[in-house]
Amino acid sequence: MTLQRLARPLTLVLLSAVVLYPLVWMLGSSFKSPSEVLNNVSVLPDEWTPANYTDGWNNFDVSFGRFFVNSALVAGLTVVANCVSCLLAAYAFARLKFRLRGFWFALMIGTLLLPGHVLIVPQFVMFKTFGWVGGDWPYAPLIVPQLLATEAFFVFLMVQFMRGVPRELDEAATIDGCTPYGVFRHVILPLSRPALVSTAIFSFIWTWNDFFRQLVYLSDLEKYTAPVALTLFIDSSGQSSVGPMFAMSVLSLAPVFLFFVAFQRMLVEGINTSGLKG
Amino acid sequence: MATTTARPSPTAPTTGPAASQRRGRPAQRKNDGVAGYVFLSPWLLGLLTITAIPMLMSLYLSFTNYDVLSDWESMEWVGLENYRTMFTEDPSFWHAVRVTLLFALVATPLKLAAALGVAMLLNRSFKGAGLFRGLFYLPSLLGGSVALAIVWVNMFNRDGAFNQFLSWFGIEGKAWVNDPDFALGTLILLAVWQFGAPMVIFLAGLKQVPVELYEAASVDGANPWRKFLSITLPMLSPVIFFNLVLETINGFQGFTSAFVLSNGTGGPVDSTLMYTLHLYIKGWNEYQMGYASAMAWVFLLAIGLVTAVVFRTGKFWVHYSDGED
Repeated sequence: MTLQRLARPLTLVLLSAVVLYPLVWMLGSSFKSPSEVLNNVSVLPDEWTPANYTDGWNNFDVSFGRFFVNSALVAGLTVVANCVSCLLAAYAFARLKFRLRGFWFALMIGTLLLPGHVLIVPQFVMFKTFGWVGGDWPYAPLIVPQLLATEAFFVFLMVQFMRGVPRELDEAATIDGCTPYGVFRHVILPLSRPALVSTAIFSFIWTWNDFFRQLVYLSDLEKYTAPVALTLFIDSSGQSSVGPMFAMSVLSLAPVFLFFVAFQRMLVEGINTSGLKG
Repeated sequence: MATTTARPSPTAPTTGPAASQRRGRPAQRKNDGVAGYVFLSPWLLGLLTITAIPMLMSLYLSFTNYDVLSDWESMEWVGLENYRTMFTEDPSFWHAVRVTLLFALVATPLKLAAALGVAMLLNRSFKGAGLFRGLFYLPSLLGGSVALAIVWVNMFNRDGAFNQFLSWFGIEGKAWVNDPDFALGTLILLAVWQFGAPMVIFLAGLKQVPVELYEAASVDGANPWRKFLSITLPMLSPVIFFNLVLETINGFQGFTSAFVLSNGTGGPVDSTLMYTLHLYIKGWNEYQMGYASAMAWVFLLAIGLVTAVVFRTGKFWVHYSDGED
């Protein structure tokens, strides 16, 4: 019995060591000098080399700060776009009656399973025809789709959430003379805050980490986002750049990590409400 | 659609005056209908312009030799040529199919097994359960990024952490990521490392399994393994099914880690040439947008087929209890 009692915590501790090891190793290596990266087998560096961070920051013609600003811009706009557009669509699906609602809802669920890679070729061709690819502000193709609620996952998440909001509130507002717009403005919008926060956090993290779409649409170094810029380090894969590459990797994971620390509970619960039907 | 239990039905002739005081009785409903489409309009527009039209457009492009660089006028209709080339003259295509299938078929079960195993370990209330849950979930948030793929690739390089670990046991490792036999394996490990998201969903499912079932089984003298097979697995099968569909589709779409490991080439010796990576190379390195469109459609059909097969087989092993919530 005692053995069994110990088995669980021991396994968990061992497992978390394995799971966390890559992250600790990344952090340690980001402070190692070029020779230490090759030879020092311990996780922590003998000699701390913060220069990796300044080297990495200034490694390219454009400072890495610029890439982070670009990433933050894309992620920030995506957050706003997703929150607004998905909330509108979710309200219609969850609360309003209109013809073909079931049909549209089924289509929405269908797009949930549609792999994004299938659409990227024609979307690219289409946005290029519009003249949105390249140029001074190449981010439109990354944001306009989100403005049109194409991230079905969030529509679904919000529909699920709104189904939990008591209908009596809508009815009370309607009796008080609210139109569907008024109900949205005075009942659903304020009560949907938790769903909006979940959407905002997930939108931010996913966009911050997104690579394929940003790789496809961004071709000008000045406009690169952090993930696209990080791949430049792989091109110049000399050993001297490993430290700086790790340093910038650490920095680019930092916002996601901070979000995780701040909203851990919410993130974990968030995938539950959406993952399982309520 | 038991939506009108608490209020008088809008179609009922006895509708109270207050609920529809504005434009008579039917107005309430009509109003709702218009409002529905008003609120739905951004989504509808998106469905049309971002999803439906591009899908049809890519179907059309897949029968052409469109290359993005030249004018639309120079585009030619080539019939089934792209599909023929893909299936008969592009060995890389079949290679990519094999790599992707291998990746998805190995990584998905391993990931789900890890997720279920750890979820069962955590499915007790004890101090620190929440902390562990959070820790194991963290890789799911970080693992899809370029930054983490870079770290992972270096970890399995000649001087990486993995070989340092092996050296404790006197084993001399190699540059696993440069070895065609092992490169894909390191990517599979990266996928399995992100077991946290399905784990959280399993955990929620496990909490729904009635404790009485286990108690009854104990009375009948069932051992833990028996309980797992006869209670946990069947009761959890809808959740397993959900995770399986989601993770399989995810597995087919692996791109970032393969791109980072091979610097966008699919190497070493095409061993990490995931389907999406091949599609990217064709479309954006070789400017064969027509061909890439054909690849995208084959991909869509393949994923549809696999999903259909999973759903079909689900009938035989997914068990929905009557007291479904």
